[in-house]
Amino acid sequence: MALYLARRLLQSVLILLGVTFITFFLLYVLPADPVRQIAGRSATAQTVESIREQLGLDQPFWVQYGRYLWGLLHLDLGRSYLQRAEVAELIWARLPPTLLLMAAAIACEVAIGLTMGIWAALRRGTATDTGLMLASFAGVSAPQFVVGLLLLYVFGVWLRWLPIGGYGTFAHLILPALTLGLLGAGWYSRMMRSSMIEVLRQDFVRTARAKGLTRARVIVRHALPNAILPIVAMIGIDIGIFMGGIVVVESVFGWPGIGQLAWQAIQRVDIPIIMGVTLVSAVGIILGNLLADIVAPLIDPRITLR
Amino acid sequence: MSRTASLRSGAVQGPDTPPDGSPGVAPVLSVEGLTVSVATAAGPRPLVQEVSFALRSGETLAIAGESGSGKSITSLAVMGLLPPNVAPTAGRVMLGGTDLLRLPERRMRAIRGDRVAMIFQEPMTSLNPVMTVGAQLVEAIRAHEPLSAREARGRALDALRAVRLSEPERRLSQYPHELSGGMRQRVMIAMALALRPDVLIADEPTTALDVTVQREVLDLLRDLKRDTGTALVLITHDMGVVAEMADRVLVMKDGRTVEEGPVATVFEAPAADYTRALLAAVPRMGARPPAPPRPVAGPPVLALRDLVVGFDTGRGLLGRPTHRVHAVEGVSLTIAPGETFALVGESGCGKSTIARAIAGLVPFSGEIEVAGRILRGQRDVTRAVRRDAQLVFQDPAAALDPRMRVGDLVAEPLAIHGIGSRAERRAKAEALFERVGLPRTALDRYPHEFSGGQRQRICIARALALDPRLIVADESVSALDVSVQARVLALLKELQDELGVSYLFISHDMAVVDSIADRVAVMYLGQIVETGTRAQVFGDPRHPYTRRLIEAVPVPDPRHVRPPRLREAREIPSPVRRRGDPPARMALRDMGEGHLVAEA
Repeated sequence: MALYLARRLLQSVLILLGVTFITFFLLYVLPADPVRQIAGRSATAQTVESIREQLGLDQPFWVQYGRYLWGLLHLDLGRSYLQRAEVAELIWARLPPTLLLMAAAIACEVAIGLTMGIWAALRRGTATDTGLMLASFAGVSAPQFVVGLLLLYVFGVWLRWLPIGGYGTFAHLILPALTLGLLGAGWYSRMMRSSMIEVLRQDFVRTARAKGLTRARVIVRHALPNAILPIVAMIGIDIGIFMGGIVVVESVFGWPGIGQLAWQAIQRVDIPIIMGVTLVSAVGIILGNLLADIVAPLIDPRITLR
Repeated sequence: MSRTASLRSGAVQGPDTPPDGSPGVAPVLSVEGLTVSVATAAGPRPLVQEVSFALRSGETLAIAGESGSGKSITSLAVMGLLPPNVAPTAGRVMLGGTDLLRLPERRMRAIRGDRVAMIFQEPMTSLNPVMTVGAQLVEAIRAHEPLSAREARGRALDALRAVRLSEPERRLSQYPHELSGGMRQRVMIAMALALRPDVLIADEPTTALDVTVQREVLDLLRDLKRDTGTALVLITHDMGVVAEMADRVLVMKDGRTVEEGPVATVFEAPAADYTRALLAAVPRMGARPPAPPRPVAGPPVLALRDLVVGFDTGRGLLGRPTHRVHAVEGVSLTIAPGETFALVGESGCGKSTIARAIAGLVPFSGEIEVAGRILRGQRDVTRAVRRDAQLVFQDPAAALDPRMRVGDLVAEPLAIHGIGSRAERRAKAEALFERVGLPRTALDRYPHEFSGGQRQRICIARALALDPRLIVADESVSALDVSVQARVLALLKELQDELGVSYLFISHDMAVVDSIADRVAVMYLGQIVETGTRAQVFGDPRHPYTRRLIEAVPVPDPRHVRPPRLREAREIPSPVRRRGDPPARMALRDMGEGHLVAEA
């Protein structure tokens, strides 16, 4: 186990190095000029040059990248160009709302997706099955900004059950979490359905029935733990998929998380923040996958971590 | 050949076997006129028709038949475990005074596993992989008896002891994947017998097991049945198993009873043509007269010299392997032109790995000589070599691309090697089809339109397309029904006489090997323990492992007296060893005339 973690850690460092390089390079070749954003339209060429020099943006790519890595090595993510604050502090302050939203979204998609999937599998070939799969198809295909706005209109504007945006109470959490989770719920219900159908055909399910167990016990104790295995691995990958959705959802609902921070930074070419958010996302994805890999052998004893 | 026989369902109720049991002894289970149908778009289609039998306490009834005979459907109908769309449409299944077919699911559930229990063919997949053995046993017991978890655990332990599983306490906390196939089947038997059912239905319980393990499981079933008085319904395709285990046998074909009677009667004087044909097709050890060794002409078609195949496994900190699987460890043999050389052994002995090395599918060291070309590693296995050595595998359904027409499949090797024009390849495929006994018109069909035996003929035709010197047949007839198997074996012999091709015939089935091989090598843990002519190895086995294998084969003759039980066989040791710690090589000693035996 220790050996396994050590090797995974080593791999993670390499992955993160790759992520910083690719992001840094893309931002470097981007035609947008951060200095123009800082200086404003009316600034003279001289002011622009002095800001450029001050931020070190006149240096060649390798020097800039080297400086950034050197900072990272000292856990320094740099300063925001526009917000006059340390990037680490900005992200740290915005992390709790985002983590809360993600946890709620994962809970949503797992609860909704698995229930729908299991239900459809047990009612396979019936109208219930068809209806559930149509619903899941809608969940998979609808863009998140559409789902978000629709939920916002129905529950916030029309029915006035839930606040239309903001942060603070449980009621504020429901709509953004649903918006983010419905996409995953669509995927999970389809995966869970096919996985469950597959497992229900297995010999050991027949053995369980031959023992004289009740149908409920056969499903809960024998079929479910086996059917859920492929889903667990997916949840780890989900965190990465969420990152894209979070930028949209946080903007739609005015949720003060790192998605919103990233959105603002992208609009203003605030490179240190973009780099920081990308890096934190990458760390999140790596941790999510690691967690899924560590949980897998707890469910399936045939898997060993090596 | 059996149509007439199968219509004689009246033969079921012969004078010896009244269907409702002998006077005075009421049957525990009696099936009367059972018909099971599958719902199709065109209405119900019968899978089993008017099957009747009666089973008394302590009795073993074998239901024998080939695939599609309806024997498994019959047993599932008794258990109330038929697949969706399949349902009994007529008849009764009486357990004591209760008709199981009329019971609601809730009451049937109380009987299932308690009074009627079942074990299945595939021990590898019949246990839940994510539950411990103990939890699965305890669950079965507590489903029917109001015991505390502790008491149930005690019962589970007793059950594991009863099936003679080593270290029963430890097994309780192990998962199925930590046990071998034989051990898992013992667990299944323990689970089925823990509640002392009136009837145990065993559906091909030993078919997936190695022959020595099969021997132990059959002995175990017989002993347990004697001790508990449970009546046994044994579903099997293996007439050897029938002869050894059953008191009475019911032969089925196409969903109908062909014949029923005491085992001795059915084997000695089968009443139905189908039974006669089936028994005639069963390969038997020692049935083939000793043949004079064929004159060896020319240089060998295949020679292995100190062949070694190993796979690294395990990972250290930097991903370096820590262990090595010694699959093949120093095997040497030669095959002459027109000769059939058989490799026999149990699963994991390395026999299939040898086939893979010859085909260039795994890295090897040592030397392989194919038709005069010397190969010293995987890279040397060029196209030209593959042309001379072709493979035929066990499962023809998996070996044929389902989306290609069979004619194209047979012509494909020619296309790959750039031989002939399209029309010429087509003509060759047609000729090959005729040669293996399939109509030319079948060329444009797809694999799923053929039966298992026909598909294997297609695989053989494909292997012959390049006029190879050697065909490596890896368990090529193992998945076939005996009557089909006999015909495919006959075809292989004909092709050999006609084309002079050599066979490396790899099989776990001693009786089949005895019927086809000129020379034999017995493999154990990657090494040859005994080799010689068929007469030497099977007629005068010298190595203890060879003897154990031969004695374990079920003999399709009810009068056969089995030698006293062998010493309790251990599990075969693992071929996985620490790196740098290869297994000891066994030295082969010549017992005379090329009969080589490993020194113990």
